[in-house]
Amino acid sequence: MHELKLKYQGKKMAPAFNAFHTFLFTPNETTHGGTHVKAADDLKRTMNTVIMALVPILIFSMFNAGYQYYAAIDAANGTPRTLSLFENFLTWDNFWIGIIKVLPLLVVSYGVGLLVEFIFAVIKGHEVEEGYLVTGMLVPLIVPIDTPLWMLAVAVVFGVVIGKEVFGGTGMNILNPALTIRAFLFFAYPTWMSGDKVWVYQAVEKAGGPDAISGETILGFLAQNKGSEMAYSVSDMFFGFIPGSVGETSTLLILLGGLFLIYTKIASWRIMLSAVIGSLVMGLIFNQVVDMGWVTETSKFYGLMSFDFWKHLIIGGLAFGIVFMATDPVTGAQTNRGKWIYGFFIGFISVMIRVFNPAYPEGVFLAILLMNVFAPTIDHYVVQGNIKRRMKRLKNAVILPKDSDGKAEELKAETV
Amino acid sequence: MSKDIRIKKGLNINLVGAAELTTSKAVLSNVYTINLDDFHGIIPKLLLKEGAEVKTGEAIFYNKNIEDMHFVSPVSGEIVEIVRGARRRILEIKILADKSQDVVEHKKLDVEKASKEDVKAYLLKGGCWPFIKQRPYDVVANPDATPKAIFVSGYASAPLAADYDYVLKGKEAQLQAAIAALGKMTPGKIHVSVGKDGNSPLAALKGIELHKVSGPHPAGLVGTQINKIDPINKGELVWVVSPQDLVLIGEFLLTGKFSAERLVALAGSTVKTPKYYLTKIGAEISTFLYASGVNEENFRVINGDVLTGSKSRPDGYLGYYNNLVTVIPEGDDYELFGWNKPVFNKISNTRALTFSWLQPNKKYDLNTNTNGEHRAFVVTGQYEQVFPMDIYPMQLLKACMVKDLDEMEQLGLYEVAPEDFSLTEFICISKQPHQKIIREGLDLLQKEIG
Repeated sequence: MHELKLKYQGKKMAPAFNAFHTFLFTPNETTHGGTHVKAADDLKRTMNTVIMALVPILIFSMFNAGYQYYAAIDAANGTPRTLSLFENFLTWDNFWIGIIKVLPLLVVSYGVGLLVEFIFAVIKGHEVEEGYLVTGMLVPLIVPIDTPLWMLAVAVVFGVVIGKEVFGGTGMNILNPALTIRAFLFFAYPTWMSGDKVWVYQAVEKAGGPDAISGETILGFLAQNKGSEMAYSVSDMFFGFIPGSVGETSTLLILLGGLFLIYTKIASWRIMLSAVIGSLVMGLIFNQVVDMGWVTETSKFYGLMSFDFWKHLIIGGLAFGIVFMATDPVTGAQTNRGKWIYGFFIGFISVMIRVFNPAYPEGVFLAILLMNVFAPTIDHYVVQGNIKRRMKRLKNAVILPKDSDGKAEELKAETV
Repeated sequence: MSKDIRIKKGLNINLVGAAELTTSKAVLSNVYTINLDDFHGIIPKLLLKEGAEVKTGEAIFYNKNIEDMHFVSPVSGEIVEIVRGARRRILEIKILADKSQDVVEHKKLDVEKASKEDVKAYLLKGGCWPFIKQRPYDVVANPDATPKAIFVSGYASAPLAADYDYVLKGKEAQLQAAIAALGKMTPGKIHVSVGKDGNSPLAALKGIELHKVSGPHPAGLVGTQINKIDPINKGELVWVVSPQDLVLIGEFLLTGKFSAERLVALAGSTVKTPKYYLTKIGAEISTFLYASGVNEENFRVINGDVLTGSKSRPDGYLGYYNNLVTVIPEGDDYELFGWNKPVFNKISNTRALTFSWLQPNKKYDLNTNTNGEHRAFVVTGQYEQVFPMDIYPMQLLKACMVKDLDEMEQLGLYEVAPEDFSLTEFICISKQPHQKIIREGLDLLQKEIG
């Protein structure tokens, strides 16, 4: 391997080859100037930590894909099934659906995304950067399960090129690439991204037929003011035995992943905590509006507005977005105080969009993309605070004259 | 009255191979070398030619911009070589030492009665001026200016740093003389810091404002202390002197003779018996390195500490400002799956399967491997954890990279020196060269604004 790396050194394909080499080995590079020793972690380790936090969610989602499919069939046959973790959830049948549906999404996401990264690395002559390792894992987890693979491939190409590479690659982008991909899918193929048919395997194909199945998300029920028809308990919502985007359902595993990221100091606890607070505040405001009687049951917003404020956190993509998307360090706020503001508004706006958006009752990705755009502005004002403190101090500056200044004046006096 | 400084943000890098508190006399070096890289931004004008005989304390060259500023020879002997680089820039001046040592003797100066100008002229002529550095810009001080204060950090928190309490022992007279002379040059205070639990001879000096410092590295860096005591504003000037250079200044004031003798710590995991050596500025490092022995074939010799020092060789020379030589193994080796397996033997500021946070006092044997490749800035919020100043480190670095002078000023570039960014460079996940970025930013700012 090492010999091959040397052989390709300086050639056009070197970045592509180096990427494989550095996947296997940490390089033999030593420090030149600057500090002679360096800390143990690099960007690969950082990205890898996020992936580790996502793996349990991926595995759970593979089981859930099957479970939702069979549950929907049972429901269509008029025999709603009750959940039993070992009897009808962690089964080989369920997992098989996951293998044939979720795994291809993952493979396409990584395959297409990394291909684009390699092409850009070779063209621009820089190293293949690690950013896509996480993006590629996030993408299959935030799309509906029946998303056609070609559609995903197109979106990934768009997201990586427009969302990231045009800005200069990892670390330079303004918008979160995974969410750019999600937004592209949502606006380009809206019928595949919403409704009650896309969240369960084969629901689209079987629609209209005699064995039609459906799986409406909780947000879907609420948006149509049909909350009472919903058969999911709070524990279903928390543990994630509900329909939804592939990996967003299990709040428990997302919570564990989030705690892991906070403990490893990889993701910002400030953003996570303030986003939770923000969403609770907005939820509480809506609950209050309902309590005051300003919104009646006939209003189309009633279903979501009257929904208990804290339950917003355990349905839809809010938890997943807060833990894995909002904390993206490149596109989020970069100052610690800015992170509080940034996180708060993500939670706040997410719930707001949820309630007020009639077409598509989920606002997390829009809220985060919006705040991505505003993050530099937030940082700007936080940094201004620091600059103002410095300016204030400047008034008391002790600027002493140079020795030669005095002499120069004396000389002048003489010449006059 | 003492004003204490407690630093919370930071990271101690505990390395194997701290110097034992025993001193040996290093064998005399044949050749002594002055490396011009030690004097950042100085354009030398030679006074003597190759082959000329010099005495200890005799001027070899002066600063082209400030002609009074003389740089003197640490030993007496013959200038055997003047090493030049591209465009005939002078890189090194090598002096072959004589057996008998002749010293230039100056008339003694009565510091008590001397005026500010007298003291300045005396130090400039005697070759002690380059020991005084200034902030902003971290360069040799301009003798024409008057600083608002002078700072001396007697607390060394850098990895494997020489213990000031040990090396300053018995030097009270010299220290006091130097402080008295420096006191003439500023209307402000001389701020001297010592470790909180230490027993430093600096604490007993007169005419100073004493500060007791505690906390992890970079608490001992003078830049951190300036920021906490009296931060530099635009247009302001402070001077900085290291305690060991104070000793040399004091020695010169007391005797009228320039002395380059310095107690140097030899440390690092590659050294078999790390300890202190009495030697001179510019001495060949091999004269004491092999007395202690090395236990490795492939190693790196560093003039200074592992964070801020400059790369040298066993046949390299002790730097003008260094009181520490660190020797650590080179890390030019591959590591299979080094990026994802758990790490127990390296220091990290995160806990991403790295476990240095479990044992904060464990000593590590780090090598020079970068542990990853250079990337754009990605992760945020890490530098702030080890950067105690009221400055946004990443924003300042980016301002320097894009050469935005306004922003560099506003974000506080006047307050920092490259060494203040050594710790953020150490933990940097993107492996960016912070100190180089800051150095270039400072140079640009000095060139444009002055």
